[in-house]
Amino acid sequence: MSDVKPALRLEGIVKTFPGVRALDGVDFEVRPGEVHALMGENGAGKSTLMKVLAGMYQPNEGQILIEDRPTIMANPIEAKHNGVILIHQELSLAEQLTVAENIFLGELPRSRLGFVDWKILDDRVGTILQKLNCDFGPRTKVGKLSIAKKQMVEIARALTHEGRVVVFDEPTASLTDAEKVVLFDVINELKADGVGIVYISHRMEEIFTISDRITVLRDGTYRGTLTTAETDEDEVTQLMIGRSLDYSRNESSGEFGDLVLEVAGLSCGKLFEDVSFNVRAGEVVGFYGLVGAGRTEIAETLFGLREPTAGSIRLNSSDVSIASPAEAIANGISLVPESRKEQGLVLGMNCRDNITLPQVGDMTAGPFVSNGAEVAIYDMYRDRLDIKAPTWRSLVGNLSGGNQQKIVIGKWLAMKPRLLIVDEPTRGIDVGSKAEIHNLIRELARSGYAVIVISSEMPEILRVSDRVIAMYQGRITREFTAAEVNEDNLVQAISGISGDEAAA
Amino acid sequence: MSSIAQKLTGGDLKGLVARNGIFIAFIAAMIAFGIGSDKFLSFDNLESVVRSSAMIGVMALGVTVVVISGNLDLSVGSMLSFGTVMVVDLHDKIGPGPAILVMMACVLALGAFNGFLIGFVRLNSLIVTLGMLSAIQGLTLIYSGGKNVDIDPSTQDTTWFRVFGRGDIAGVDMPIIIFFGLALIVGMIVAFTPYGRRIYAVGGNSTAAVFSGIRRRRVVFSTYLVSSFCVGVAAIILGSRVMGSQNNVGQGYELLVLAAVILGGTSLLGGSGSILKTVIGVLILGFIQNGLLLLGYPYFAQWIVTWIVIILAVWLDVAAKRGRLLSSIS
Amino acid sequence: MAESAAGQGPSKLPRELGKGSSGWSSSLRWLLGHPIWAFVVIVFIFFSLMTDDFFSLGNFQNILVQTSTLGLIALGMTLVMINGNIDLSVGAVVALAASLTVDIMGWPVFESWGNLQILPAVVAGLGAGVLLGALNGLIVWKTGVDAFIVTLGAMLGVRGLVFVYTGEQSFFAMNFAYADFGASSFLGLPTLAWVFLVFTVLVHIVLSRTVHGANTYAVGDNREAAVNAGIRVGPHMMINFMIVGFFAALAGITLSTQMGASTPNLGRDYELWVITATVLGGTKLTGGAGNIIGTFGGVLAIGILRNGMNLMQVPAFYVLVILGAILIAVLFLDKQLNRQGEEGLRL
Repeated sequence: MSDVKPALRLEGIVKTFPGVRALDGVDFEVRPGEVHALMGENGAGKSTLMKVLAGMYQPNEGQILIEDRPTIMANPIEAKHNGVILIHQELSLAEQLTVAENIFLGELPRSRLGFVDWKILDDRVGTILQKLNCDFGPRTKVGKLSIAKKQMVEIARALTHEGRVVVFDEPTASLTDAEKVVLFDVINELKADGVGIVYISHRMEEIFTISDRITVLRDGTYRGTLTTAETDEDEVTQLMIGRSLDYSRNESSGEFGDLVLEVAGLSCGKLFEDVSFNVRAGEVVGFYGLVGAGRTEIAETLFGLREPTAGSIRLNSSDVSIASPAEAIANGISLVPESRKEQGLVLGMNCRDNITLPQVGDMTAGPFVSNGAEVAIYDMYRDRLDIKAPTWRSLVGNLSGGNQQKIVIGKWLAMKPRLLIVDEPTRGIDVGSKAEIHNLIRELARSGYAVIVISSEMPEILRVSDRVIAMYQGRITREFTAAEVNEDNLVQAISGISGDEAAA
Repeated sequence: MSSIAQKLTGGDLKGLVARNGIFIAFIAAMIAFGIGSDKFLSFDNLESVVRSSAMIGVMALGVTVVVISGNLDLSVGSMLSFGTVMVVDLHDKIGPGPAILVMMACVLALGAFNGFLIGFVRLNSLIVTLGMLSAIQGLTLIYSGGKNVDIDPSTQDTTWFRVFGRGDIAGVDMPIIIFFGLALIVGMIVAFTPYGRRIYAVGGNSTAAVFSGIRRRRVVFSTYLVSSFCVGVAAIILGSRVMGSQNNVGQGYELLVLAAVILGGTSLLGGSGSILKTVIGVLILGFIQNGLLLLGYPYFAQWIVTWIVIILAVWLDVAAKRGRLLSSIS
Repeated sequence: MAESAAGQGPSKLPRELGKGSSGWSSSLRWLLGHPIWAFVVIVFIFFSLMTDDFFSLGNFQNILVQTSTLGLIALGMTLVMINGNIDLSVGAVVALAASLTVDIMGWPVFESWGNLQILPAVVAGLGAGVLLGALNGLIVWKTGVDAFIVTLGAMLGVRGLVFVYTGEQSFFAMNFAYADFGASSFLGLPTLAWVFLVFTVLVHIVLSRTVHGANTYAVGDNREAAVNAGIRVGPHMMINFMIVGFFAALAGITLSTQMGASTPNLGRDYELWVITATVLGGTKLTGGAGNIIGTFGGVLAIGILRNGMNLMQVPAFYVLVILGAILIAVLFLDKQLNRQGEEGLRL
């Protein structure tokens, strides 16, 4: 293997931005027919490295060698012509355009006078879609496709050129488990064709399923390359964050306080139907299921963002109807939403104002907001959650993902809720901060909060929950205690397979 | 002293220029005009500049509130025509007090209609207020039958209505007092009250504001009430000053007002900006106009200079936020 | 989840309604894709029944000539708005191009050129429009400042240029051939109507068939994606600003041929009318959606409304109210039709 000529080699890449050395002498190589995972915490320089690779950034120092030939790629199209194709993390598609136009965006085939050559376009795209077993045609509008199919369109871009190296940047972020299988098939096919694959992901289990080698970056520097078969999660984590992590499961005490929330027969159109469960003080209830199973929608209904079509919600043994987030907050419910940047924070506001936002109306001296009271609250939760921000005046948009998430959590803890709902608490957060937030959730439960955690990551659910509720297509399929639950029966429950069928 | 300097500079000079570019441009322009014309810095001249800016300034206060909440109001020009025509016309018919009340009620109703469509029905503010610009212009013409209106010349010198445009307190002209007084009140509300905080939150990220329990629809609705209230006040000043009104007196003001707001440094994206910035923006517009006239340039040269100043001011602002001067769009 | 559902919303309606016989269903679907044309048909029938003078070939020619000014600018505005930008300076450019053209053809240098003196004047007028468009585009590209602000500044500045250049005077075309052109006909249609129709077809082809057209949608729909795909977004947007500048200048010239003169106030408020027509035609302010067929419908709707109400001797100010009401109503309807997608999240 070692004497194989690498498809692509990066040598001593340095990339600086004003005030930041984003990449500092990074080496990296991909051989034909291997899957090379690239790992590192957020801000470690993975995305920058990939943008250098794809011709979106020019390195300040170092060189890119394609099949041992030094190459300069001035823009994404040149990179494509050199066989380097980047599949973006955020779906990078124009919704109003057709599948074919999107796949060839930026280099649509031209006939004379700048007209689009539809015949060639349809032929080529048709072939590619067939190869990927897609059930939609070149002329379908991308806006009408599901997220998974959009991801397939994105992947189809990889096949428009004779690719030498295809880079997948967090490709599974929005895929269900079933769709991941299709993606991995595509990757294996590319691999069999001798294409080198760069695979970026935060998810250890994926990395260990699919990759041949793992390269780790930290703070823009190269930390080493490991052969997947000869290493384990702990070693990779150590390279990434410089220490080991505690992966232990939650030991449930089994002793909880009063019933805080009782939900009976709750439905919201077709989003979820006939959902019943309860949560006690001091208990963490985890909701697990595929994307679209209705978990987030339940949280949104409890928080007054959706109108239930049937069922009842009881808080502390009295029936409530919640028509708006303001009423939910008045009833002692807090929701740490799924999307930190879109729903959780006003990025252009400072840390203090974000934390006090839900209660700013109560913090007045005369007609004006009381500065002292606000700063006191910020200081309290900064210390308690260990938020790392220069001062309370710092804009939230300038903080790291982990610290941003802590601001959102702090904002809702400051409301002193009886019920805390946390939706995808660690999405897009690096490994180190993840563990911190898991510990925080456990600690909150110990101090008497009733907590609901919604997550798409099984290790997370297993780690923090006292009880796990599995959902499939808008219905609760099974409830587990911490003692009962394991990966196998949980996967069955969320795939709609009942225990009997699985046995048969 | 040093702490203030530090606060202003934030440590580095480049940051200072970028963050306070508009102040520096303002001071530089004042100095240049002061050198170019010895009349420029005289008290009388300064007072006349502020007085003539007062009406645009009052309107700009309300528009700033709308812009901070992430929306636009293009209907203020037409609304000014409407309010002025109405208050002047009613003055002789039902007396100045009732005229002001009726006009304010009508203007607030128009603002409420804007606010309802944009806040509660959630339509795009640019198009709604564009439609209202046209509709209110039509309403004004229907109301007046296409004729200009005047206050009876025999009462012009005796009615107390004259005080808003022509009166003074201790030698300071009334429009100036109204402008700065209203700016102080609106500025305090926006900067220091919970309501003001909610306006910034809605403008910064309306979804996150809703998720924080803020009643977004009401906040947006209320900003249009504030805006139309300010237009009403401007209409009183204008009507009182001119003692008459043309049907299209406010035509084009919507964009001039917006230019002042932008010049002050309030971002059209919402969530940032302040009343103080707008006051400065208004004054800059006024001083550019006045200074160029004193230097002997034709009246319309001010528009060309405004064009250049707007682009420079906003560019500096964008560049400061991005941390570098050249955009990454290629 | 909400996102995936949102995309399906608008498509449902046409498909369900289109189940009848194929001829009807395809024309129905076409109408639903361009609701403004349904409105055009309605006002057309309305005015044909309500006033005797409306339904005549002469009047239709009138309407085409009257709308050609707004219509030409709207063609360019459609491209710019699909890009996700806007151009507020078009009205001022109309005045600048008209003043330049009318003035330059009277320059003593060209005195001996006869009717050819019109040529350099027109070239200068159009050139000024293209140049100002390029300037707007260049500023948007290089500074990253929002097009709304850039062109708002230009709207003031260019109008200032016009007043300074003209000394606040109107100019009159000394060459009568210039004014004759505005009143001339070709193959039974007024020449100005021809100009408008030919450019409409041309821009439609550019937008729907060419690579530049496809890129126009891509840039407005998802700028990040366009950058990632290697489209040079800045220069691309600049070209569209140049196109709208060209059309604004052309509109100024055709307008001045109709009047045989130019005034410094020419084209005031045109930006608002043009945006109204374009939005009526279904172009989204957020970019990524719109087409020339819709824009043509929007321009015609305004033209027929103005013309018809004028013939019915309705005072001009009612037209303003009705126009504003229609604009808001169209927005409201559009919102209601596309609502299913939101899945009832109370935001």
